[in-house]
Amino acid sequence: MSLFNVFNIAGSGMSANSHRLNTVASNLANVDSVTSSDGKPYKSKQVIFRAVPINNLGVSTVKVDKVIEDPSPPNLVYNPTHPLADAKGYVTMPNVNVTEEMVNMISASRAYQNNVETMNAAKSMLLKTLTIGS
Amino acid sequence: MGYIMDKLDALLGFHQNALRIRGQRQELLAANIANADTPKYKAKDIDFADAMQNAMSSQNANSKIGNNLQAVVTQPGHINTLTGGQNISGKTLFRPIVQGSVDGNTVDMDVERNQFVDNAIRYEASLTIINNQIKGMLSAIQNN
Repeated sequence: MSLFNVFNIAGSGMSANSHRLNTVASNLANVDSVTSSDGKPYKSKQVIFRAVPINNLGVSTVKVDKVIEDPSPPNLVYNPTHPLADAKGYVTMPNVNVTEEMVNMISASRAYQNNVETMNAAKSMLLKTLTIGS
Repeated sequence: MGYIMDKLDALLGFHQNALRIRGQRQELLAANIANADTPKYKAKDIDFADAMQNAMSSQNANSKIGNNLQAVVTQPGHINTLTGGQNISGKTLFRPIVQGSVDGNTVDMDVERNQFVDNAIRYEASLTIINNQIKGMLSAIQNN
């Protein structure tokens, strides 16, 4: 029954997007974390999605392949009075791009909603199918 | 017995196939929506008319052979001759790109949602018709 697979597919989309929303929350919360357990400033995290085929018809679920650290350079802020400032007076701040993260947040939340709608539609279709002949 | 079943199959077969293909198409569209942000994912769909024609022609071929002649299925790759195979009857095609994105993803959410709702409504239409067909047959065999 292929409609049951819709639950798996939409569920995978919901879980992948909630993971993405989690990294956005982490990035936004740590936008000013100049130091961490290893003494370096926080690095922005990004999720990489991957399509996972579940049959030979081209139907794929989605999963978070890996979480990478954003390779973009850190922000240097001139603040000579800061205790972590270097010899020239610059503080190395996390490479979190707040604008990008806000866009990411909206995109993740809309994608999540789309998957919920998908699941609701499949549910009502299945429930109606159960009433055949009654 | 076989004769009655043939008639019932012919009556319900069309919308049975329609429901099966609509269900599989719904799955494909759900996969497109779930993968809306997967890099390099290409949106897929099936040609419903094409799939329907294939399904009906294989069903007709089966009814000509007669339903009692069923090939033994011993391996997962074998085709069930009675049902014409439960796999989708049409080819999976890639959707043409309307507005490409930088990550190589070709899912257009407006198109997918549109097709998803359209497919769901047509699925329910087939359900309604099958229900009415069953009601019709019931009233034909019941004496009241």
